[in-house]
Amino acid sequence: MALLDIKDLKVHFYGRSGLLSRKKKPFKAVDGISFCIEEGQTYGLVGESGSGKTTTGRAIIGLNPLTSGNITFNGRDLTMERRRGKITFDRNIGMIFQDPYSSLNPKKRVLDIVAEPLRNFERLSPKKELAKVQQLLAQVGISADSIYKYPHEFSGGQRQRIGIARAIALKPKLIIADEPVSALDLSVQAQVLNFMKDIQKELNLSYLFISHDLGIIKHMCDQIGIMYRGRYVEQGSSDELFSNPQHIYTKRLLSAIPVKEPAEREKRAREREAIAEEFQTSYHRYFDQEGLAYPLQHIAGTHYAAAQGTGGR
Amino acid sequence: MQNELLTIQHLTTSFKIEDHYYAAVDEVSLSVKPNEVVAIVGESGSGKSALAFSIMGLHARAKSEGSIAFEGYNLNSLGPNELNKLRGKHIGMIFQDPLSALNPLMTVGDQIQEALILHQPNMSKKERKRKVIELLNSVGILQPDVIASSYPHELSGGMRQRIVISIAIANEPKLLIADEPTTALDATIQLQILDLIRKLKDDIGAGIILITHDIGVVAEMADRVAVMYGGQIVEIADIHTLLSDPRHPYTRSLLRSIPSADTPKTKLYSIQGVVPSLKHLPRQGCRFRFRIPWIGESSHEENPQMHELSPGHFVRCTCYQNFWFPGEEDIQNGAS
Ligand SMILES: Nc1ncnc2c1ncn2[C@@H]1O[C@H](COP(=O)(O)OP(=O)(O)OP(=O)(O)O)[C@@H](O)[C@H]1O
Ligand SMILES: Nc1ncnc2c1ncn2[C@@H]1O[C@H](COP(=O)(O)OP(=O)(O)OP(=O)(O)O)[C@@H](O)[C@H]1O
Ligand SMILES: [Mg+2]
Ligand SMILES: [Mg+2]
Repeated sequence: MALLDIKDLKVHFYGRSGLLSRKKKPFKAVDGISFCIEEGQTYGLVGESGSGKTTTGRAIIGLNPLTSGNITFNGRDLTMERRRGKITFDRNIGMIFQDPYSSLNPKKRVLDIVAEPLRNFERLSPKKELAKVQQLLAQVGISADSIYKYPHEFSGGQRQRIGIARAIALKPKLIIADEPVSALDLSVQAQVLNFMKDIQKELNLSYLFISHDLGIIKHMCDQIGIMYRGRYVEQGSSDELFSNPQHIYTKRLLSAIPVKEPAEREKRAREREAIAEEFQTSYHRYFDQEGLAYPLQHIAGTHYAAAQGTGGR
Repeated sequence: MQNELLTIQHLTTSFKIEDHYYAAVDEVSLSVKPNEVVAIVGESGSGKSALAFSIMGLHARAKSEGSIAFEGYNLNSLGPNELNKLRGKHIGMIFQDPLSALNPLMTVGDQIQEALILHQPNMSKKERKRKVIELLNSVGILQPDVIASSYPHELSGGMRQRIVISIAIANEPKLLIADEPTTALDATIQLQILDLIRKLKDDIGAGIILITHDIGVVAEMADRVAVMYGGQIVEIADIHTLLSDPRHPYTRSLLRSIPSADTPKTKLYSIQGVVPSLKHLPRQGCRFRFRIPWIGESSHEENPQMHELSPGHFVRCTCYQNFWFPGEEDIQNGAS
């Protein structure tokens, strides 16, 4: 059985009106997505900006109430708790936030930041807590004498490691990592990604890995889901998606990956133009009247892609 | 030089830490021509944003020395009012951190309108609203009408970043400083933003300073690239030379850390040691030498200078001549 099983997840927001029109409509940030994450695996979530990736992660951890759908985690049905909209953190789910600069409270010492989940879930004596925090910091490669320092005294990569130490404090089974390295420079990014892989093996962790960088996604993930306006357009293993993309949005996304050498600029520009044109001309085959993707259809193996419509308007 | 849009000479920007000033940007000289994209890459904390802020004159509590000339005007000699006029109208900046650049209590549409009012006061209200929608469309925001009346916290990370971009380009600046403009954006929207920046360049001949960690974006856009380490430019060259024949050990290490969609899932390369803090940054000798301790001291210059290897290709310090990566000793020994 999968560690995390998401079925037909919907998260709608209410109460935004337009600049020109004042009518309020529910906004369907996540509109019926399903996926599973197996133990010890990394599941990548990519897609359009604003397509609902962060909202999905927040719904799983309990920061956004579900509108409908089911979440089963670690054999337990979390649906009812998550629907009620009250925040019920699960000690088996950790989260690494996108921004290492604002996700750590600047007024708290490293000790208090890392110990926070321990204080919420485990009652340890101060001595044991201190020992535990030191062990966690050692695990993420931060020296033990850092515990009384404040976040601003660390580099971006070190801060991200402190965030990871906090996320693994309760030995969770799943970590939701929302753009964990996008604010970091390449070398530090490499360091954090290597480290995330190491602790994954050590703790048999699963990751829900949200990123815009397809190079990183391919490097890290076993299975990948691609979102577009609240829905899935395609899902599959990294091989299936990168070598045999089916949906026009996936193709467009792959063609948009930056070139490696300036000499390729023109060739790539032509390829992109061709795909952009295909996007225009075949739009109604891939998207319904509201511009949303059709339900997924099985392609082969673990590969699914949004079905093609009849093309009518 | 006559046709430079921006000329920075010996710019040093220092921050006060515990009663002492420490230079985050140290004697940087750089120029940008109209129609030119100059990319700045470098380690986190190397001074890229500090350089950008200095050009904009936005550092309230820092000390800045050296000269910055824009279209022949010396920016240092302008008063706050004149500087304000220039910024926003002729120099636009996309800030690295969109959340801190936006006002949480104002709808994003109003914030874009504010930029328009400031620099194009004659625009009618109706025209302004139309312009807001047009700008949001151009940065790929669907339902621009709804989004314009949202507050920053109601938007996704990438949407906020695009709001900051629309404010920066609202007045078609002649110089655009884009600090990590596409980090929070997916590849397709990234491309759309890069196209928008190209358009600004092609239509009005704008010069662009593009700060980014993404070498792909650099390969896509840049004419020239400056590489920064520890507040200094350590290498500068045209894009082709920099990517095909990088020389400085830092540049070579940086290019080695890139994960790409077609590399195998092996361990990624990362630079030894940590990014030094401003206070502890070594200022004597080669600043990168502590990160490559296997390279002998004698390879470094005592007072590292820029060396011109070919026209326009400059490298700081002599250590590039003897640099090799760990694990490549054999190649090195065999070669020498
Ligand atoms: N609190 C909220 N109130 C209203 N709308 C919201 C709220 N949070 C998110 N949204 C909307 O939900 C949609 C999805 O946002 P989300 O942050 O999940 O996107 P994302 O896929 O993570 O995008 P990005 O890649 O840009 O981070 C967006 O259109 C956003 O405006
Ligand atoms: N207001 C400030 N006060 C004190 N030090 C500062 C201030 N702003 C920046 N610094 C320091 O100056 C140095 C350069 O910072 P800067 O923000 O320019 O780095 P950067 O190259 O933009 O890094 P990144 O890639 O992480 O954005 C860093 O050591 C930073 O800690
Ligand atoms: Mg997000
Ligand atoms: Mg910066």
